[in-house]
Amino acid sequence: MINLSWQAPASLAIILFALGLIGLITRRNLIFVILSIEVMLNAVALLFIVAGMRWGHPDGQVMFIFILNLAGGELALGLVLLLRLRARITTLDGDSANILRES
Amino acid sequence: MGNIIWIIPAAPLIGSILLGLFGARWSNRWSGFIGTLSIVISALLSVAIAVHWFQDPPVDEHMRIMLWRWISLPEYSSYIEFYLDPVSLIMMLVISVIGLLIHIFSTEYMAGEAGYSRFFAYLNLFVASMLLLVLANDLLVLFVGWEGVGVCSYLLVGFWFHKAANGYAARKSFVVTRIADVAMLVGILLLSNALGTVSIQPMLAKAALLWPHGGIMAAAGAALLLIGGLGKSAQFPFQTWLPDAMAGPTPVSALIHAATMVTAGMYLVIRLYPLFALVPSVLTVIAVGAVITILTASLTALVQRDIKRVLAYSTVAQIGYMFLALGVGAWSAAMFHFLTHAVFKALLFLSAGAIAMRLHHEQDIFRMGGLRQKLSVVFWAFLIGSASLAALPVVSAGAFSKEMILASLWESPGLGKWLWLAALFGAVLTATYIFRVVFLVFFGEVKTEPTGHYGVRIVVPLVLLAIAASTIGWLEMPKFMASSSVFSSFLEPVLGHPATESTLPHWVTAAGYIAPLLGVVIGFGLYRSGYWVRTAGPVGQGNDGGQAERSMGEGVRRFMRAGFGFDFLYDRLLVQPFLWLVKILRNDPIDAIFMSAAAAAMRFHGALRRSQIGQLRRYAGMLALGSMAVIVIMVFA
Amino acid sequence: MILVWIALIPIIGGIVVWPAGRLHPLAPRVISLAILFVDLLLTLKLIEAGGSGAWLASFYAPWVPSLGIGFRFNMDGLSWILVVLTQILGIIAVIVSWSDIKDRVGFYHANLLWSLAGSIGVFIALDLFLFFFFWELMLVPMVFVIAIWGNENRRRAAIKFFLFTQGSGLLMLVAILALVFLHQQQGGILTFNDAALLATQPTGPFGILAMLGFFLAFLVKLPAFPVHSWLPDTHTEAPTAGSVILASIMLKTAGYGLLRFAVPLFLDAAHHIAPLAMWLGVISIFYGAILAYGQADLKKLIAYSSISHMGFVLVGIYAFNAIAWQGVVILMVAHGVSTGALFIAVGAIQKRLHTRDLAQLGGVWTDLPRLSSFGTFFVLASMGLPGLGNFVGEFLILRGTYAVAPLVAVFASIGLIPAALYSLIAIQRAFHGEATVPRRVSDFGARDVSVMMALALGIIVIGVYPQPLLNIGAPALGNLVPAKQVSALPQKGRGG
Repeated sequence: MINLSWQAPASLAIILFALGLIGLITRRNLIFVILSIEVMLNAVALLFIVAGMRWGHPDGQVMFIFILNLAGGELALGLVLLLRLRARITTLDGDSANILRES
Repeated sequence: MGNIIWIIPAAPLIGSILLGLFGARWSNRWSGFIGTLSIVISALLSVAIAVHWFQDPPVDEHMRIMLWRWISLPEYSSYIEFYLDPVSLIMMLVISVIGLLIHIFSTEYMAGEAGYSRFFAYLNLFVASMLLLVLANDLLVLFVGWEGVGVCSYLLVGFWFHKAANGYAARKSFVVTRIADVAMLVGILLLSNALGTVSIQPMLAKAALLWPHGGIMAAAGAALLLIGGLGKSAQFPFQTWLPDAMAGPTPVSALIHAATMVTAGMYLVIRLYPLFALVPSVLTVIAVGAVITILTASLTALVQRDIKRVLAYSTVAQIGYMFLALGVGAWSAAMFHFLTHAVFKALLFLSAGAIAMRLHHEQDIFRMGGLRQKLSVVFWAFLIGSASLAALPVVSAGAFSKEMILASLWESPGLGKWLWLAALFGAVLTATYIFRVVFLVFFGEVKTEPTGHYGVRIVVPLVLLAIAASTIGWLEMPKFMASSSVFSSFLEPVLGHPATESTLPHWVTAAGYIAPLLGVVIGFGLYRSGYWVRTAGPVGQGNDGGQAERSMGEGVRRFMRAGFGFDFLYDRLLVQPFLWLVKILRNDPIDAIFMSAAAAAMRFHGALRRSQIGQLRRYAGMLALGSMAVIVIMVFA
Repeated sequence: MILVWIALIPIIGGIVVWPAGRLHPLAPRVISLAILFVDLLLTLKLIEAGGSGAWLASFYAPWVPSLGIGFRFNMDGLSWILVVLTQILGIIAVIVSWSDIKDRVGFYHANLLWSLAGSIGVFIALDLFLFFFFWELMLVPMVFVIAIWGNENRRRAAIKFFLFTQGSGLLMLVAILALVFLHQQQGGILTFNDAALLATQPTGPFGILAMLGFFLAFLVKLPAFPVHSWLPDTHTEAPTAGSVILASIMLKTAGYGLLRFAVPLFLDAAHHIAPLAMWLGVISIFYGAILAYGQADLKKLIAYSSISHMGFVLVGIYAFNAIAWQGVVILMVAHGVSTGALFIAVGAIQKRLHTRDLAQLGGVWTDLPRLSSFGTFFVLASMGLPGLGNFVGEFLILRGTYAVAPLVAVFASIGLIPAALYSLIAIQRAFHGEATVPRRVSDFGARDVSVMMALALGIIVIGVYPQPLLNIGAPALGNLVPAKQVSALPQKGRGG
């Protein structure tokens, strides 16, 4: 049992989350948007593990597995939507996907 | 005999329904036949009942025929019940017999008009309603007939509905009378609430029992009903509708706007005379109002160009005489004048219609002339009618009835002598304005050549009415001529003994006979001097476009021609304010309040909507910012 | 049990006709007609049976016993008259949409039947929860009828209609709950039973507030000034049959509701508000009439005239006496018949000439004499021509009102003058005058004529022989307010 400090991985998680968020806000390509969401999800998952480690509690790892499942489901659904959307607007540009807007 | 009375109003009602349902498919001949047949039934039955009445008067001089319970509640009831007494019998006779003659006249007069069967359907419905009005024993049932004749009048005045002016005249006639009718309705409410019944006979008995002489309730009730009567009878201040009502076909003017409907107000007062007798103040109002009516209407008649308008104003004035008689409590004199007036005015109108038939519907007396030889039948008919209207002594029926009124005026206390003087002056005017028409239309040179010819259905009613117009006065003669008082003694069981005694000074009687002759002389004199033609005024009604001379005399005449400015006054006082109200309310300002709430919601929606731009990145950014804000608040607060 | 069927048959009918529309467009029409006839026959049988005590028939089955909610149906003379009116005009609504409605026939008739079922339920439900249920049931299908089969601006009108009636309905729900809880607090049990709640009689400010919940809901539905403004828009956009049901039946639910609930449940508050209500009625009479005169759209004119007539109903209800209430019932029936007929006439004009604009109409009589004569007849009837039904109602209302508030009665009578003005201007501008453009259109056929004849006959019979209606209504109106509550009230002068 190596005694790791929890600060370093926590910082990594926060940096990853921030990167994902920035990617989400700045990228227009929907593939990258989905990737950014995945990065953010994984950052959170990492944070759960770190927290579980810090307080010596297994719930963090339970949550990790749960998030993994969630991410998988979300990815599948997201990609399907992406395909349908691409068929509809023939581009992957997220900004032009505002077809619900009335005017 | 009494149990068949219901057929008298029912026959024209059925005729009207049949014509309304099938008239469009029937030939004009058949429509005219059915329309007339129904009145024939009524007229024959009325005459039969009248004859039977004379031979064998019923007990108590009246009959009550209950048909069915109309409204029967513990607190209020009205029964469909007919009440026949000498007064309603005379009314019924006049309506059905003159109605019949006018129907016969109409079958020829209206030939070739579109809507021939519609005309007879309306006319039959009118007769039915009018008979209901006079036979009803319940004030509310009377009101049904009252409004019924009003609607028929509306429909018939506007019979030629293609012309907007006719529609306007029809609406005016209805609305003006409706204003009065509302007063009458309130009067019915008042009487019914105070006395617990509006069945006429019990109601009158209760009123006499409960209300003191000159009491405020009696005065209010009588005044409200009187307003209704004034409206229907086109008396001051409601006289404005009748001249416009001349837009209808001439037989309609003869039947509705001369002989029958417009006398309903007088009938109402006579029917309820015990109530009116309770309140002398109301009677005085009636008398004074009648004088105003007589003088304004007679003066207006003096300056009209249109023959029918002359006759219309003269109708207003003659009904004024009836009301004048009512105002001094001379009930049977009023009834007698109603009878003679119905005959001679119907005769005059039918003659006017007969003239118009042959002159391409010309009604302007200044475009007629010299018709004495060309239309000799009509000339004699019109002359007899005019003599009767002018009350030329001995030869005419009108003389006897007008003399009876003048005598009662002279004898009545208080204002009596002044009223007599005014009535005498009115008599001069009457003779003047009607003989102005006679001279202008039948003498001098021919201005419009008559075409066509008369059939028997035009001539017979004219002849019969002319005979009646010169002879019917013999029913009641002044004592110094012959002691004939058939009429007033017939009415005596209902209306009491007439006050007229033979104590009248001879010069008073003589004045009553001389006044019309004087009027005729004035009319002739002004005709010979060309005064009438010079003061003919502009063609048509209303503005003259400034071509007439602007002299003082012409100004006065213009004022008179326009009926003393009442139309103008009502327009400014009532019509314009109403239209202004309609204009500002038209778009429903209340709705605007609700709609402004809706508009505010929409604006709020617009503001919020701007944030929904449909860009995923923006949403994500806002989400992140929001989360951060929440965290910051949670941590630091 | 028969009462349940009367309400249930149209609901089931609606479920049946919806899919039936797929088979053949004629199927829903015939089935709806048959259903309404059966329903009518069932109702007519009730009056023969006579019933026991105050009710012609009654039915009870528990629904949610723990909350005191039950299927409580009761029918007295008042309900009977209005239910029969609903069914007859329902039949006429089906007939007039015979050739008008071509789109989604099944669904249309389903909505029609459900809406009628709602109205019938409103008239016979004596459990406040059940009443509210039917109140909503009546509303929603009507919104569909307007929104799907209406004219150009139908969506906006449907939304307006929905918001007004739904919003006021919610106020009523709050008032119902308040009353029920008060009843429980006073030591009673939790129940929505009208008969039990009648004993509650809340007083003071609470009574006024709770009463206002009912009052406003019914005022909107009536409609009366100043919450009337949904009616003209809704009528203009509704299809003909929708207008008929709306004007002839739904407005009557408000008058019925006031008579059955808003007044008896809160006698004290109702007496307090009576002068206000009466004067609101008078204002409605004038406001409706004046606006009717100013309208360019014939249908809107009739809609505003309805507001004017319902003003009389409001005045009569708050006159608190048997004559006025009899008048209210007669006027509601007569108005249902005459206004329904007028909407049918306007619908027929619009179908033939494709306009309701009075500026473009005129001279219709020349082309369509039968339609125009019926139109004129019903305009005269609605103007209150004596001898026809509306007059009897108006007169009895005025007579009853005069006994308690003469000034109100006088002003309401004066309201008959503008009534004549707008009626005659409508006749003039629509039927009389000269046609601006020559038209070649077909007049009323046999079906239209028979519908109109039936309605005309109805209005004449009510006008000359209203006694049967008065007799049927009398015991019901006498029992509306329990005797012991009446005697407990101070007899004070009201109004003018």
